[in-house]
Amino acid sequence: MQDFSASFGLAFSLIISADADLIEIIGLSLRVSISAVLLAALIGFPLGALTAVIRFPGRQALAVLLNALMGLPPVVVGLLVYMVISRAGPLGWMNLLYSPAAMIIAQTILVTPIVAALTRQVVEDMHKEYDEQFRSLCLPTHRVITALIWDSRYSLLTVSLAGFGRAIAEVGAVIIVGGNIDHLTRVMTTAIALETSKGDLALALALGIILLVLALSVNAAVYGLRASARRLSYA
Amino acid sequence: MTKLTHINLCLGICLAFCSSVFAAESSIIVQSTTSTANSGLYDQLLPRFQRDTGITVHVVAVGTGQAIKNAKNCDGDVLLVHARAAEQKFVAEGYGVARHDVMYNDFVFVGPPADPAAIAGGHSALAALARIASTKSKFASRGDNSGTHKKEVALWKQAGIDPTSDSGGWYLETGSGMGATLNAAVGSGAYTMTDRATWISFKNRQDYQIVVEGDDKLFNQYGIILVNPQKCSNVKREPAQKFIDWVLSKKGQDAIAAYQLDGQQLFFPNGN
Amino acid sequence: MPLEVSALSYRTEHEFVLDGISVTIENPGITVVMGPNGAGKSLFLRLVHGLLAPSSGTVHWQGRNLDLALRRRQALVFQKPVLLRRSVAANIDFVLKPLGGDYRQRRDQILLEAGLMRQRYQPARLLSGGEQQRLALARALATDPGVLLLDEPCASIDSGTTLKIEQLLQQTRDRGVKIILITHDIGQARRLADDVIFMHNGRLLEYAAAHVFFNAPASESARDFLQGRIVL
Repeated sequence: MQDFSASFGLAFSLIISADADLIEIIGLSLRVSISAVLLAALIGFPLGALTAVIRFPGRQALAVLLNALMGLPPVVVGLLVYMVISRAGPLGWMNLLYSPAAMIIAQTILVTPIVAALTRQVVEDMHKEYDEQFRSLCLPTHRVITALIWDSRYSLLTVSLAGFGRAIAEVGAVIIVGGNIDHLTRVMTTAIALETSKGDLALALALGIILLVLALSVNAAVYGLRASARRLSYA
Repeated sequence: MTKLTHINLCLGICLAFCSSVFAAESSIIVQSTTSTANSGLYDQLLPRFQRDTGITVHVVAVGTGQAIKNAKNCDGDVLLVHARAAEQKFVAEGYGVARHDVMYNDFVFVGPPADPAAIAGGHSALAALARIASTKSKFASRGDNSGTHKKEVALWKQAGIDPTSDSGGWYLETGSGMGATLNAAVGSGAYTMTDRATWISFKNRQDYQIVVEGDDKLFNQYGIILVNPQKCSNVKREPAQKFIDWVLSKKGQDAIAAYQLDGQQLFFPNGN
Repeated sequence: MPLEVSALSYRTEHEFVLDGISVTIENPGITVVMGPNGAGKSLFLRLVHGLLAPSSGTVHWQGRNLDLALRRRQALVFQKPVLLRRSVAANIDFVLKPLGGDYRQRRDQILLEAGLMRQRYQPARLLSGGEQQRLALARALATDPGVLLLDEPCASIDSGTTLKIEQLLQQTRDRGVKIILITHDIGQARRLADDVIFMHNGRLLEYAAAHVFFNAPASESARDFLQGRIVL
């Protein structure tokens, strides 16, 4: 297997040469996954915080459901989204299939349960600490929720990161709803799948290495941010 | 911090949704079999077509079976696949307007140099299948209802053998694309059947070679179909028809004939 | 400002933690709650503030049941300050902003009074223990309460801060705010108390004016407590 050394060399030269196609693919990967994580945060933070703070019937069931949905297979999500936005589907008229928007929708569905479930845990811990003080201040629920979300912002950054890791790494959903169309919906993972199917394992692995580097840099950036936040005792 | 997040968010959503709107401008979607895409043929054809007409073609490369299913869901303007019977059925059921021959090549059997079924150098597909079955040599099948898979199933039937009775034994149904099936075959020392274009452009051949070729039964015809605008109102009839006409024109056919990889011609035009 | 507590009990599954407390506090000024560990002082404060619901008995302020409007007029300072993961100023802003008006000016004035102006942009949780408690008190006062409840605010802080807090409490009393203060520190009780509640084992043993309680405690437990003996 000389593919390994070939792959590292290839990955390096791809990065150095700043190959235009590669940059386009990386750009789309980031755009799709970051958009999906932002949307998932928009839904998942309040949802997770609500299940942590408010007592309502079925709260436990919702928590269990969120945890279970964390393991949702991407290909199933892709299939569901495809069936809905396919032109024969109920939202076919929106003309979303084979577009980055479709990929964002699919990844948002994939990531939201992760963000919501982890948010619930983070916020629940903080709520235990703040609960008496907040009740003493007679805060309305929406202020409790927003305050808890804001005060756990650095933990929630890590939560988002877990979602981002899932989004950027998945191939099953985006390949179905995106179609892996060159210059339109091709992202890192679908490109890797394509090169693997062409038997170009060295190139596929090289792209995999670049994806890893990408994920590493994002993680390192967030880790740095969190570390400085911890110095300020904000995390 | 909050403001920045909001701005980013809006930008992200806008970018994502706007781009899909832009993409709709004078572009068509071709639901295609993988061999034509993975072999690089479209890289040869599409830039020329775009230069001539200004139309962008988006290719969704999946197995023939899935391509037809997607087209039935109106998720494409043009269908380019290789399973004549299924294509004719597609048109007969009213999903397609008309089917045209585009080009052909052939299927080949590839196998390991050890050649456990001793079929190397043969020219009969049915004899080779019979040897593989009787020696219980490993055979990797697409198993995904693709054009190649349909062809393979038809050949087993003609040979009077039901390999699926030993599925999971020597008969391995990968349920994946041609590339993945070739990777599986090469990795496990199995024979498999592939179209020649995919084989020539496949990079992970290792020591595998063509063992059977040249049988008339291994003929592989590609067809092109306009998805019926009466069934699917979203079909962009005009640019889609332009694409079909161009592919069948002398210009398109010459471009197909001129496409070579490793000094070999991959597709032979026979459109009218 | 009368607080009327009658037959107040709080019970866990196994035992009474607070047993039949009845007291009427009509005095303005500072009421100090004293008693050995486990007497139920913190629990009493939480019940009076409405953080917990009693097993039986009632709490009336101004002749009314404890409702949201009444509770909003109260502020509670906890033994261990619960500060938001924000700057000092943001901790004050958190309670000021909803009240409307020019909160910045008011916040600066509050921080000035609490001696925290210099630290206003520092993370609240990096303050020293004494500064944190001063901030917690400042935040409680920012809500402009009619009643201020404090649960051993000076339990583990330096004497400089204790002095500062006591000054703040006296100023607050002089503004007419009713204060109920739990403390372990007999010296502090002597310095601040207008009247005293003495609790032991979940019961109220004495409620008396400060000079009466300190000069002639009625119960033996209180006498032992004041003389520094261990009270069982």
